[in-house]
Amino acid sequence: MKSSRPHAAWVPWFFLGPFLLGFAIFVAWPLVRAVALSLEQTYGPGVRVFIGLRNFEFLLRDPLFWTAFRNTVVFTLGSLLLQMPAALGLALLLNRPSLRGRHWFRLVFFSPALIGMVFAATLATLVFEKQTGLINYGLHALCRRWDPDFPWLEDYLMTSLLLAALWLYTGFNMVYFLAALQNVPADQLEAASIDGAGRGRRFWHVTLPSILPVGGFVVLLSVAGSFQIFVLPYVMFLRTGGGGPHDRGLTILMYLYKTGFLAGDLGYASAIGWVLTLLLVGLVLLHRRLTRGEEI
Amino acid sequence: MSERRRIARGLGLILLYALLLFFAGLTAVPFLWMVTSAFKAKGDFFSSLFLPGGPGFLGVAWERLTLDNFRRLFRELPMARALLNSVFLASVSSVGATLCGAMGGYGLSKFRFRGREALTALVLGTAVLPLPLLLAPRFELIYHLHLLDTYAGYLLPQLAPAFGVFLFRQAMLNHVPDEIIESARLDGCGEIRIFFALVLPLVRPMIGAFVIITFLGVWNDFIGPQIILQTTERLPLAVTLASLQNNYGTDYGLLMAGTLVSVAPIIFLFLLLQKEFISGLTSGSLKG
Repeated sequence: MKSSRPHAAWVPWFFLGPFLLGFAIFVAWPLVRAVALSLEQTYGPGVRVFIGLRNFEFLLRDPLFWTAFRNTVVFTLGSLLLQMPAALGLALLLNRPSLRGRHWFRLVFFSPALIGMVFAATLATLVFEKQTGLINYGLHALCRRWDPDFPWLEDYLMTSLLLAALWLYTGFNMVYFLAALQNVPADQLEAASIDGAGRGRRFWHVTLPSILPVGGFVVLLSVAGSFQIFVLPYVMFLRTGGGGPHDRGLTILMYLYKTGFLAGDLGYASAIGWVLTLLLVGLVLLHRRLTRGEEI
Repeated sequence: MSERRRIARGLGLILLYALLLFFAGLTAVPFLWMVTSAFKAKGDFFSSLFLPGGPGFLGVAWERLTLDNFRRLFRELPMARALLNSVFLASVSSVGATLCGAMGGYGLSKFRFRGREALTALVLGTAVLPLPLLLAPRFELIYHLHLLDTYAGYLLPQLAPAFGVFLFRQAMLNHVPDEIIESARLDGCGEIRIFFALVLPLVRPMIGAFVIITFLGVWNDFIGPQIILQTTERLPLAVTLASLQNNYGTDYGLLMAGTLVSVAPIIFLFLLLQKEFISGLTSGSLKG
């Protein structure tokens, strides 16, 4: 391609210009400030004092941070345990070319993923309401012994959060599994079937290994997302300050938001931001190690 | 034997459809409940799960349904303004971010210049950084730029879509052959025209997907506008609904009407553009 007329030197910069300008101001510079801020204490955005590593020292001993950390980890593990089998199960049910209405089922299962967190959380709050909520009213109507005052949002915070997340994300994860199932080698399934392998063994020895990389990716996405959960509990437990009674619904990102933007300490919020980032980076490295850089 | 097999197979199919319908029902019931609740008066929440029973058609007391919730949302509460704000912020962001992202991706993928590799690595590196890390320093910056509580304060950062540049770079590496660009240049075609008339049409699926991701991301964004915007007249739906929830927590009908108004446009768009939605959302998604 040496014969072609080269472009002028300014051309790539013309195309990169608008992005780079925004990137420099709103990504690169804040990133630099995020380092400096984590070494400062601020009183709102205007007043700041350098305090060295004290934010991180304090964080390690901050019981509220550890509460938030524990809640976030519990939510993440619970989400994985509930959503992955459910998503894979639905995908397996749908994975039949002859199935009628396949398209419509997929659409319905996917639809909750469209709803913004605030809207989903508002809906969830009312669904879990005492007396009038869909769940308490419905269960009481089905079985009179169900207590219509069952305190989902007061005493069973984590359960209600996990159920709401299950509703929101199962269909979303299912789409990935469904795509992966299309690529399971049909000849191997057939060969296994001729060799007399039953349904269970075919699944275990052929299907599962071939969808494993996608599975790993879905787990990674799900863990990264769950670690940043904030709006769902914040709105669901708005009545109890967002964190719920005894902060049992407090999450890492919610704590960051509260310290930075309600209490006004952007420095401590940045320190929390770095810890969250480190956790997520560690997770990505772990995933790469486990999959040995295999791309899907 | 084969007779038995056919029966077993039939039963299996029935079971399959029953399971699928059951789970589809479970997924859809909250939506259905939301829609019916939006038209109910508060008292009827205690006497009926979906629609109030009565002597009317299908055993429903249709005359007890009400549009009051919507009337209050639009007459007494700033819902119309919030809807307009959401449409405005999401449209401007998605057009701006897509244009900047596509141009940036083109610049990184189809030109050779010094520092390209380093720049690409930097952009990719920041594309995977979690957004929460930037919340505090960005807020501080926007405060110092005197852009707090302005639309610009929310919109300008949207014009730096690192992840979008990454997606468009990939799309252009895969779908835009260098030869096309070079022969257009030989024909004397201007650089800007090459980009808009030749390159962009070749990555149309990515444009559709990215417009949708951004639109949906902004429509559903809560933290961003919650931090940057303050005046009631500037708030989008997500923040407005959260404050309704705060102030009218037990006004079930009102809240469900507000949620319905907030999600209906998205559901409508989804039904129109299902394919683009699903491929867009699964191409790079973050929960928040």
